[in-house]
Amino acid sequence: MAIKITIEVARYNPARDHEPGTDSYDVPLHKEWVVLDALNYIKDHLDGSLTFRWSCRMGVCGSCGMMVNGVPKLTCSTFLSDYAPGPVRIEPMRHFPILRDLVVDTSDFLVKLAQSKPWIIRKVEKPLDEEYVQTPAQLEGYKQFSMCINCLLCYAACPIYGLDPRFTGPAAIALAQRYNMDSRDEGASERLDILSKQEGIWGCMFVGECTQVCPEHVDPAGAIQQYKLTAATEWLKALVLPRGAKERP
Amino acid sequence: MINPTEYLPKSYHRRVSTYWWLARRPYLKFILREASSVFVGWTVLLTLLQIWAVTRGPSANAAFHEWMRHPLMLGVNVIAFLFVLFHAVTWFSLTPKAMVIRVKGQRVPDWAISGPTYAVWVLVSLGVAWVVLRG
Repeated sequence: MAIKITIEVARYNPARDHEPGTDSYDVPLHKEWVVLDALNYIKDHLDGSLTFRWSCRMGVCGSCGMMVNGVPKLTCSTFLSDYAPGPVRIEPMRHFPILRDLVVDTSDFLVKLAQSKPWIIRKVEKPLDEEYVQTPAQLEGYKQFSMCINCLLCYAACPIYGLDPRFTGPAAIALAQRYNMDSRDEGASERLDILSKQEGIWGCMFVGECTQVCPEHVDPAGAIQQYKLTAATEWLKALVLPRGAKERP
Repeated sequence: MINPTEYLPKSYHRRVSTYWWLARRPYLKFILREASSVFVGWTVLLTLLQIWAVTRGPSANAAFHEWMRHPLMLGVNVIAFLFVLFHAVTWFSLTPKAMVIRVKGQRVPDWAISGPTYAVWVLVSLGVAWVVLRG
């Protein structure tokens, strides 16, 4: 008989429950199983009503983020055996409203993401038959920040976002920085106007946990600190330079 | 925050616990780092009081030193010193995060940016110690 491990899963049914509760399930502990495998086992064999998001099972889509023993993790790349003998507690990502069981509402992030304008902005577009040439060194300048898969583990790890939901948050700012550092982009000025507010980059108090939990090593905390330095430099330039020299790139 | 969804308006909003910073060691470290600002302020205040005592003459300076020798003050200042050290180290560790320097396309390693800040810190401290301790 296979060794088993107890999984404690936070449950919430909006049609029935006033607040989330917990259900426990015993699942086989296979050394190659990840936490997502255990959840799928529960859904397939023990309780078909368990609701959670997942898609690719290989750390690319970013949809299976949950709290595993209180730490934000992609459940598809978190091995069950690392938590033996258990129990393992699975909860929905912290700081987001719970829609059902382990599914959270990420609408707030999507609004903030759009506000940070994560796309290439050109003052004048080139004709369609012309290319925007970029060297490998220029690509390297922003590549790290472009690896974000919008899994939102960084938001679940950020106590500032939990305490002040107006804070733009790590991923949206890191993605803004990704485009600021892109040699083809000319929208840094527009983004700075939006993000150099109290609820933007200055809301960050550099807890640094966003960087620690990021499965793609994006380093959002680094992106925000760099952004702060840029914003402070721009503020100083606006203060001391004559009007004509204040034009931002 | 906008209304989550029109088709399913009910969702459960969790309140962040007052004691969230005790839940995980990194959060506790963060709060201690933020709290270290109080001890930095205390150290600045003591320095200003010491300068003020020096300007008021030898007797005022001696009284200040007597006050500083009180066991309670010694205890508080040992704690303050540790917090100020912690504050400085976390600040210097932040520098390479905020300053990304590239040389020939390669990012300069973190230690090469934070290292000089530590070196300047040591040099300035030695300079201050020389001025204060030379008699």
